[in-house]
This record gives sequence, C-alpha cells and structure tokens, in this order.
Amino acid sequence: MTNNNEIINVQNVLKIYKGDTDVYALNDVSLIIEENEFFTLLGPSGCGKTTLLRLIAGFEHPTSGNILLNGDDISLLPPNKRPVNTVFQSYALFPHMTVAGNIAFGLEMLGWTKQEVSKTVEEMLELVKMEELKNRRPSEISGGQQQRVALARALAPKPKVLLLDEPLSALDLKLRKQMQIELKRLQSETGITFVFVTHDQEEALTMSDRIAVMSEGQVLQYGNPREIYHHPENKFVANFIGDSNFLSATVESENAILSDGTKLKLPKSKRSESFGQKSILIRPEHVIMKSISPEKSTFKGKIYNIVYFGTDTHFHLELPTGEDFTIRKQNTPNEGNEFEIGSVVELVIDEDAIQILND
Amino acid sequence: MIENENIKSQDSAEKAAKVEQEAQRKDVRNRWLLSLPALSIIFLAAAGPLGIVIIYSFLTPGDYTGVIWTFSTETWISVVLERDFFDETLGWADAHLSIFWRSIRLSLITTILTAIFGIPTAYFIATRSPRSRNIWLFLITIPFWSNLLVRTYAIQELIRNKGVINNFLQWIGLTNEPIEMMFTDFAVGFGMTYVYLPLMVLPVYASIEKLDFRLVEGAYDLYASRWLCLRRIIVPLVRPGLIAGSILVFIPCLGAYVTPQILGGGNQLMFGNLIALQFGQGKNWPLGAALSITLMVIVMIALVYFVKVSSGENKENG
Repeated sequence: MTNNNEIINVQNVLKIYKGDTDVYALNDVSLIIEENEFFTLLGPSGCGKTTLLRLIAGFEHPTSGNILLNGDDISLLPPNKRPVNTVFQSYALFPHMTVAGNIAFGLEMLGWTKQEVSKTVEEMLELVKMEELKNRRPSEISGGQQQRVALARALAPKPKVLLLDEPLSALDLKLRKQMQIELKRLQSETGITFVFVTHDQEEALTMSDRIAVMSEGQVLQYGNPREIYHHPENKFVANFIGDSNFLSATVESENAILSDGTKLKLPKSKRSESFGQKSILIRPEHVIMKSISPEKSTFKGKIYNIVYFGTDTHFHLELPTGEDFTIRKQNTPNEGNEFEIGSVVELVIDEDAIQILND
Repeated sequence: MIENENIKSQDSAEKAAKVEQEAQRKDVRNRWLLSLPALSIIFLAAAGPLGIVIIYSFLTPGDYTGVIWTFSTETWISVVLERDFFDETLGWADAHLSIFWRSIRLSLITTILTAIFGIPTAYFIATRSPRSRNIWLFLITIPFWSNLLVRTYAIQELIRNKGVINNFLQWIGLTNEPIEMMFTDFAVGFGMTYVYLPLMVLPVYASIEKLDFRLVEGAYDLYASRWLCLRRIIVPLVRPGLIAGSILVFIPCLGAYVTPQILGGGNQLMFGNLIALQFGQGKNWPLGAALSITLMVIVMIALVYFVKVSSGENKENG
C-alpha cells in the first residue's frame, strides 16, 4: 500500500497527563490510517486507545507530535473545526431533541439550508432504518436504536473520518453481532474511513481491515487481522488476540528445542531470525492429536482435562517439560471418545504453525 | 372425594380473594388515616383563613378596626379605582397602582439579578470536585442560619449614609457627600437580591450538576461554536432549574415585607407593606383582605406563565 491514499497520519504523538506522577497516556505513537478503511484500535482498558481517538477528534491536544488529516496538521484545531465526527460510547444524544433533531444538529451548525438538512436527515434515517421513529425522543427508544441514531447523527455531515468509541459495549450479545454487520455495511456504503476503538478482540478481527494493537500508551503492532492473528510479533499481542500456547524454547538454526530436549522443526521462512532463548507460540487449533506410537514420536503430552464446547472440544495437556498445552479440536457428528483423560498422545503440528516471539 | 377437594380449593380461592380485598381496603383506609394530620393542617391553616379573607373583603370597614357585617363591593373597587373626594367620579387609584407596579418591577429585577449572579455561581459549584461541592453548598446556605431581620439591618449598616460603604468612599476621597442609597428602589432590590440569591443558586446548581458534559463534547464535535453550544444544548437542559429558581425568587419577592420595610422605608412601599398598612395604621381590614387576594391572583398568573414557558419550550423542539 502506498502513502498516496493516507487520510490520517499520526506522527510521534506523546500525551502526558501531569499529576503527582506524570501519566504517559500515549508514548510516541505513530501510525497511518488509509482512506476508506475500517481501522481498529484494540487494547485493554487504559492502553491509550480512547486517548488517541480523542486526540484525533480534537477534544484533547497532543503534548508533542503531530496529527495530519489529508496532509494538513490538525493537532491544535478545536473539534468543531475538524471534518471528523464521533460516535460516543454513551451515544451523547441530545435528550431535548427528537431523533430527527439530533441528526439535523450538525448540519444546522454547518449552516446548511433547510431543504438540504431535511433531505439529508431523511437519507440518514433511511440508511439506519429509523424512519418511523424520527419524532421520538432519545429516552423513548431502545439502546440499539439510540446507537443507530448516534451513527446517523455522526454520518450526516459526511465527515472524512468517523470515530467510534466502543459504541457496541452497551449492547447485548445478539444485538452486538447485528450491529457489527451493520457497521461494516455502513462503512462500505458510505465509503467513509472508520476508526473504531474496542477491547473486544473478536469484534476487531471480524470487522476490521486493519488493526492496531495497543498497550500502555504504545502501538505494539498493526496490520490486517490475518497478520495480527497468525504472525503476532510479541507475547502481548499473541495473548490478547485469540488463545495461545506459549512454550519456552532455545531457537537454533533449524529447530526450536524445548526444555526437555524435544526438537520442533522451524519453517524455512523463520530460520534466519534471531537465535537464543525465546518464547514460541502455537495456536490451539493448529495441532492435531494422534494415538500414540510412543517410541517414535518426539512431541507428546498427557491429557488431564477435556472440556466440551459444542462446536469444538478443548483438551488440556501436560507436556513432559511440565508446561501446559491446550488443543482445540473441531467436533464432528460421528465422534467417539477417541481420547480420554490420562492418555498420552502424539502432537502433530505443521511447521508453519510455530511462531517465534520477541518478548 | 375429588368433588370435595374441588369445592375446598374453590373455597380457599374465594377466601384468598376476600382476604386480599380486605387488605386492599385497609391499605386505602390507612393511607387516608396517615395523611389526615397533614390534610387537617392544610385545611385549617390555609383554606380556613383564605375563606375568612375572601369574606372580609366583601364587608365594610369598622370605625376604628375590624369589620362591620354589611355586604359591600366598595372595597374591591377601591383596589384599583379611586372615588374623587368632591364629585364622586371614579379615577385610577394611582397610589395602589404604583405600588403594584413597583412590586412587580422590583421582583422582576431581583429575579434577573439573582439569575445573573446565581448561574455562574451554580456553574462554578457544579464543576468542582464532589467533596468541595458540598462545602460550597454549605457556604451558600449559611445566611439561612441567622434571622432575616438581623441580616436586613446588617445591609442597612452597609449602605446607610454613615454606613460602611459611604464611610469608605469618603475616606478614600471618591466622594465628598455620602451617596444616598437607603430608602431607594436600589436599596430594596439590593436587599432582596441578597436574600433570595440562594434560592436561585440551588435549583440551577441541581440542573447543571445533572448536565452530562459529554453532550457538550457531542455538540462541539458536530461543529457547534461555544455560543451555539450554550444556546442550543446547555441552556435548554438547565432551563428547568432556571424556571424553578425564578419561581422561588419572584413569588416571595412580590409579597416581601421585611426587606422593603427596613430598606425602603415609608416611601418605597411594596405589596406586602401596603397590605400590612391596611391592617395596622390604615384600619381598613376589608381593603387589606382584597389586596391580599389581588396579590394571590398575580402570583397565580405568574405561576401559570412560568409553567407555560417551561412546557412550551419542550414542545418547540418536539
């Protein structure tokens, strides 16, 4: 991807909250958000993702560093001067205005004519399927409906970038799934760049074109969901996204050697990487269990717990090294009790499933 | 056997229904019993005297005090009209009308002044940390601890010709003569603004405290300037408190007695003083009664207006 279609460029942004001890909410963050993409800031609470969003919105200003929008430095512009709108976590709908009044507000502030305003309001109501409730007050509609109004209100002025601050966190699971699909649809229909903040890794994986994983005020890694899931660069990212098995190993030219001497062959693409004592990652679904031929197999473990989840079954094993290891096996209709607690099994992995991490 | 049981269960169902009805009846009766003391006080202390006042306003004044039990509408006419001493033609009762007008004008000014001083104060308090908020609220209520009369004399001490302010101004040489402040509209307005300020601050504070400042951010995000945000978001949301505060200030101001009596003296009478005068020196009880009712009607009109303003605003955006 080239830089030609970058829309937001965050350059070495530092945000310090002064206090008894200074808090580095953002510690030298740089990233580029491209036009027309669904970009997600993912991280645990307190990682600085909301702070970054508020800096882009203009509610706060960086201590140092710049934020560019289409190449122009907007770091110090107030929110009402930026072509950027926000969907707030609390929705922040104006309680004394109707649904239509809320959607019209931004357009009125921009000085649009009455006809333009009412035409756009109708379009937006249609876009979020709220035509029938347009004369209701926010207090008279459900949480999911309020969510749609908040979206319509923020989309109505056709911003260059739409910022979404954990907008789905207040909804129940089923509604959240619906809204995830809905958001994706809105993004592709409007062609507006979405910057979405969440702590929910599943949400991030399913909706995003690209994800930036944040922790303690820093961006640890950013890339598309596949890259992030299959090639996490460090333990934090691997741990935060998906389930993981971490094993400590000595990495040599062709093998990773576990502490009991078991050799795991490394994929060719990873052989040139740094050697020495490392953590390696193996995802639970990338391992197949086989009934054992003990003398031959090198990588094995003993099952000590089996948890049935419907779609799949989780096997908890203890490796000869003493480390825990989880395997996820998809269930099939004609399944028997192939493996039982206490049995020792052989573990078969594709060498590409091994990921070497930088701690 | 089965039939028997059926009957039994029917029986018990009926019984249960009866018990429930009985309980409900008791509940209703208890509620009335509980509210009886309050209701009787309201009746005795409000409805009773009010009836007497209405009756008195239609009687003839006694020679020295009290009333003579002859029906007359003369008093009511004299509330706004005056019979000429010589030819008995009717003209406007200028003395009364100017007092009515002064009462309404001073009450309005006081309401506006308390709003001007009260809104920033309330905003200041509402934006403190919860802990210091309580301290500020506590400070606001301190004046209520001392008697109104004492506080009013204290104001007199400040603004009289040989009072603190004039002494100071003369001492620094800003004026040679004392500035006349006592017994003017200014004195009354100043005193009432001071007395009623907390009644404006408290309800306005309550609405600002409830205001969700994320809405303000939302408005900025949607391209509103500071001024438009204030006008379109903050003021409409704080309006209920402002209206409550205005009612709490305006209505007691209309009937204020102590403050105009002390600070306004004899020549700046307000409604309350006029009524008191009729029962005292004026020795015209029916006129006092009629004036009281007039005041009540004005208060009611004001209330209806305030209610209209508040509900009308809601509809405007609806």
